[in-house]
Amino acid sequence: MVSTRAPRRFAPYGFLSPAIALFVLFFALPIGYAIYLSLHTVHVRGLGLGGKSREEVWAGLDNYTGALSDPELLAGASRVLRYGALVVPLMLGLALLFALLLDSARTRFGSFSRLAIFLPYAVPGIIASLLWGFLYVPSVSPGYFLLRAAGLDGPELLQGGGLYLALANIAVWGGTGFNMVVIYTSLRAVPPELYEAARLDGCSERRIAVRIKIPLVLPSLVLTFFFSAIATLQVFAEPMTLRPLANTLSTTWSPYMKVYRDAFVQGGLYSAAATAVVIAAVTLLLSLVFLKLVNRRATEAGS
Amino acid sequence: MTALLTRPRADPAAAPRPGRRTAWAPTILLLLGAVYCLIPVLWVVMAATKSRDELFSTFTLLPGTGFWDNLADLTAYRDGVYWRWMVNSALYAGVGALLSAAVSAAGGYALAKYRFRGRGLIFTVILTGVLMPPITLAVPQYLLLAKAGLAGTYWSVLLPSVLSPYGIYLARVYAAAAVPDDVLEAARMDGAREVRLFTSVALPMMRPGLVTIFLFQFVAIWNNFLLPYIMLGDDQLFPVTVGLYSLLQQGAGIPAMYTLVITGALLSIVPLIALFLGLQRYWRVDLLTGAVKL
Repeated sequence: MVSTRAPRRFAPYGFLSPAIALFVLFFALPIGYAIYLSLHTVHVRGLGLGGKSREEVWAGLDNYTGALSDPELLAGASRVLRYGALVVPLMLGLALLFALLLDSARTRFGSFSRLAIFLPYAVPGIIASLLWGFLYVPSVSPGYFLLRAAGLDGPELLQGGGLYLALANIAVWGGTGFNMVVIYTSLRAVPPELYEAARLDGCSERRIAVRIKIPLVLPSLVLTFFFSAIATLQVFAEPMTLRPLANTLSTTWSPYMKVYRDAFVQGGLYSAAATAVVIAAVTLLLSLVFLKLVNRRATEAGS
Repeated sequence: MTALLTRPRADPAAAPRPGRRTAWAPTILLLLGAVYCLIPVLWVVMAATKSRDELFSTFTLLPGTGFWDNLADLTAYRDGVYWRWMVNSALYAGVGALLSAAVSAAGGYALAKYRFRGRGLIFTVILTGVLMPPITLAVPQYLLLAKAGLAGTYWSVLLPSVLSPYGIYLARVYAAAAVPDDVLEAARMDGAREVRLFTSVALPMMRPGLVTIFLFQFVAIWNNFLLPYIMLGDDQLFPVTVGLYSLLQQGAGIPAMYTLVITGALLSIVPLIALFLGLQRYWRVDLLTGAVKL
């Protein structure tokens, strides 16, 4: 029966071929090209006129030393870290709190709240920043309207330190619902007998949440933490949208914005490629360290 | 559509019993969360109804009288370019997500249901794609597509959006859970070819999972800003995110443009919210198992 065995042997490669082709064309090749660019630079010969006057030459690690010693990149990285330090704990804390409240048998209007809190997931980051951007502008914001009516001055959100709050709020607003649903789904997967006994023993709902539910959803929390941390480091659309409203926001506020500006506004493709590769390397490194730690904790807990 | 709204708890023990009193403090906390999430949406609904004068003069959470004028202004703006952006977004997200679900289904099915050389390696390599920062991909993608003469075309936004490593991961989980080996074996005994096995046996079984993959990818493409912003120069090809961004850039200093931007922002979130309410039961997200417990 060779004729029926052979197709079965090759079938999986056939099924995977579109995915593999797309991966090669749109993941592997671009990464390879970014690395290639990051190791090269352009030399201009003579006056830079004529077709052959610009030539690509090997640059070694020059672009990397340039990128890593660029104060703007480091400043951007530290801004994004501060922003992430606000966003991730706030967003996941709220997501966990709401998921636990939804799971508690005695809360009402649960389905309405769940839907309302998940709703921002359907709003693109650009639009979310646009909406909040207007809400931060004193002349059109209902918050400032009420504060003025009470004779108070609102906080300045589009300048200085307020900017971190303004941006963090957009991310928290947009991401809490999705993470809440993730955590809630894993809470629902816990068999209720697990806490029925505790309940019969007179354990309070809060105690059940802290002692039983949170440890059980820890894997989901770890995963949401991981993805949220990565997403905050990639912040781009939100500060880009707020820029017209907040003139102190620089064009290199986040590392992503710097790569964009270097590559497309200033034409520094080679140094931009080096920065982009550094961002990828840092992301991969942090991910591997994080996953390794989580795995070790998991095996220690298991043994 | 009522699944998420009124889904009864699976276990009667945990259902709110008549004897168990409502806990008001947690309920109010949850409602505060809901209000926080709804305020910007409520604001944009109200602001879109205001004429230019009303926008700055009346209380912002009260409706105005200018919605139809705003809509007409938006439609008239540069010969209706706004609607073109909406159609473009639907095209990028719809076609992209459909292709993505198909590619993920075939790949995930192969990874789950066959033993073959390189299986683990292929899966791991594709999955690391999740960790690739979009900017590290988008800049060289643009340059390479420019060499191929495709930068600045529909293809430049569509093609890079098709492969979703997370979609393949989910499809693999769905196929492993929903397609029993003995069903495949039995169909093989009956002489079904491998391709037919996939299209007429496995695919229908994986369908609910594939809808979830489609939705994830649809939202991801619709909400994407970085890729089309880098790829496209011609505003006739913009998706609505980049279109509104360009509108805001031009209108930031001109309060007269605010109403256009606000009305455009409101209309742009309507399709996704509709999609999302209409297909609620597919939005049960378990990142680890991709569980669709229907």
